[in-house]
Amino acid sequence: MSVALENKSDQIAALDDSLESQMTISMGPQHPSTHGVLRLELVLDGELVIKTTPDIGYLHTGMEKLFEYKKYQQGIVITDRMDYLNPLGNNLAYVMAAEKLLQIEIPERAQVIRVLMCELQRIASHMVWLGTHALDIGAMSVFFFCFRQREKILNLIEAASGGRMTPSYFRIGGLMMDLPAGFDRRVKQFLIDFPAAMQQFETLVTGNTIFQSRTKEIGYISKEEAINWGLTGPCLRGSGVELDLRVHNPYTGYEQYDFDIPVETGGDVWARFKVRMRELYESEKIVIQALERLKPGPTKADAPKVVLPDRDDMRKHMDSLIHHFLIVAEGFNVPEGEVYHAIEASKGELGVYMKSNGGPKPERVHFRGPSFVNLSALPDMVEGELIADVVAVIGSLDIVLGEIDR
Amino acid sequence: MPDTNNLEKFVENLRAQNADWVGEVVDALGEVTVYVPAENIVEICSFLKTESDFDMLADLCGCDRGPEEDPRFEVNYHLFSTVHHSRLRLKVLLTEDHPNVESVTGLWKTANWHERETYDLLGIIFDKHPDLRRILLPSDFDGHALRKDYPLRGYEPYSLN
Amino acid sequence: MGLENPLFESLPDVLTVKLDAVINWARKSSIWPATFGLACCAIEMMNSVSARNDLSRFGAETFRASPRQADVMIVSGRVSRKMAPVLRRIYDQMPEPKWVISMGACATSGGVFDNYAIVQGVDKVVPVDIYIPGCPPRPEMLVHAITMLQEKIMKESVKERTDTFEEESRKSIVPGTLPVTEGTKLEEEAENASSKPYTVPSKHEKRRSS
Repeated sequence: MSVALENKSDQIAALDDSLESQMTISMGPQHPSTHGVLRLELVLDGELVIKTTPDIGYLHTGMEKLFEYKKYQQGIVITDRMDYLNPLGNNLAYVMAAEKLLQIEIPERAQVIRVLMCELQRIASHMVWLGTHALDIGAMSVFFFCFRQREKILNLIEAASGGRMTPSYFRIGGLMMDLPAGFDRRVKQFLIDFPAAMQQFETLVTGNTIFQSRTKEIGYISKEEAINWGLTGPCLRGSGVELDLRVHNPYTGYEQYDFDIPVETGGDVWARFKVRMRELYESEKIVIQALERLKPGPTKADAPKVVLPDRDDMRKHMDSLIHHFLIVAEGFNVPEGEVYHAIEASKGELGVYMKSNGGPKPERVHFRGPSFVNLSALPDMVEGELIADVVAVIGSLDIVLGEIDR
Repeated sequence: MPDTNNLEKFVENLRAQNADWVGEVVDALGEVTVYVPAENIVEICSFLKTESDFDMLADLCGCDRGPEEDPRFEVNYHLFSTVHHSRLRLKVLLTEDHPNVESVTGLWKTANWHERETYDLLGIIFDKHPDLRRILLPSDFDGHALRKDYPLRGYEPYSLN
Repeated sequence: MGLENPLFESLPDVLTVKLDAVINWARKSSIWPATFGLACCAIEMMNSVSARNDLSRFGAETFRASPRQADVMIVSGRVSRKMAPVLRRIYDQMPEPKWVISMGACATSGGVFDNYAIVQGVDKVVPVDIYIPGCPPRPEMLVHAITMLQEKIMKESVKERTDTFEEESRKSIVPGTLPVTEGTKLEEEAENASSKPYTVPSKHEKRRSS
């Protein structure tokens, strides 16, 4: 009898244990709030998150292998599909790394256009972030307003390059072509509409008490931890580190522009939100300055071995046509060497490691995606939070799975 | 081209600490690459992190030079400083027979995923890594995709059965 | 004062029509897609429901996060080999009638990514009804695909769209098919475990192959 009772109590204890103990659930890879095909393994105690293990690779495309058998100019197309919310930023990082290897100087007008387009793209990228971040937290209508603004920028990018989301507008040695006539007028029209839209977002989201209480003191990461985890971009600046590669490692003439680095010291979701909102105003400032700097001039570098000849020349001169054919068919040789070039993309430091063996195809191209690194810090941020806050933290990291999995 | 004079200073400091740590130093295209021995990588990184303020590991990536080369693999550590904003590349060479290097996860937590990715795609083994397993490819994947002897294009026919 | 009043005044109380016509008309007027966003195309899919393109004009704006409430799966983006079993499982969880739209070059044929990682066309995993070219297709093209699917639905017979047998559908939901990632040791165990066949072909697919 006693033995049986003992067994019984053991059984009950075991049952209690299993009821009290942790539960593992799988979030994703098909989940509306994981921004793509991210899968999280959450160990929960009730609603509290004890441990998180991100599982990535559901969108692994093998891009780094693809670069090895594409010529340098063909690789630009692949970069578009990596961080598909910020394709012009990817283009810029890639072509600048190649230009560094080739040691080509880019004319002034091309540099200004690159800055102009990149900042427009940054606004478009932040619009998707704001829309989906608010959607995750429960505000549906912000999404529609954000996509309306984004659509205007996509129209501008389409006018310049012919593609909405995959522009491939920056080429090694300059641009695909000059801006179309009346482009500055269209950008000015956008700039007239934009402040009103920002006002709308501030009222809808920033001043919203529900949004504030869902984001304040959630997903905290300290300054030292943020640096240790390698966070970059708005996530790092939200933890109080003043670091912006546009200022501290300037490229494409960013040192000539006058803008501030938004820094917040909170280290939580709300701080990262505020950094991005303030960045939108800074990007707008840079766009205005870039429009003022836009002077007529060449948009392609003087490097006939690398840069395709003008369309007009090709129609008139046989040698230009042959030249065009040679560059397209055989590519160009890039001197041996290796570079690491980093730019400030909309999500953080986008670095390209490019190694050349002297031929027309790179030996190794490696992308250091900001989302990849930012996501790796997620387990630290969500530990001890509620499961509903995991979604808010993911939204504040602004991840793009295309760039994480590559 | 950016100035690399300040980077020379860090390399000299490193050499003063231990002359064996610094191999060949390449200063090209505005970037400085230091070849370092694989067995001392953790000490070197720790020294640079504490003494020269290289507090961020911007990137870690591997590279396969091809099966005919010896040493075959290289691992690049791109260090970055949030204090003086300069970059330094450390390079470790590894042979095909012994592609092992000690993990720097103890110094920078961000190294965790970078090292897992390098292991996944190139098969470089990071000793003392807390959780070294595939990250991008499924766990039953055969081979290491970024090695030069892995086919560049083409694919096996896919079917779920 | 809607359309009903003149309709009711002009029509008799009893109508004789084909059952197919009525049911298909109801089905095509509210196609609910499953949110199956994968890559670049997913952003254009999101764009197609936003203000400019407004997919709700064609009754297909209600994106469902649960496959059990969805009618059409829009495969928007490249499908990696790691993702393919998940995709198949979600397809199996959708109730009949179900349709698949393959959106973009990557889902249709692998696109520019002809390498080890990408399934060369989602039709190797699930039966596809409509293919959309483009990389990524414009939102207008997705709207066009939805209208094409509506035309296709009108030509179908209701009898072809019965659900799978209970036995089969129970088999198709194999628990724990996602790999365990917690720690190296567990992964080894998962590797050694005898693998079950992932799923059984649905009734729908059998009909196609015959």
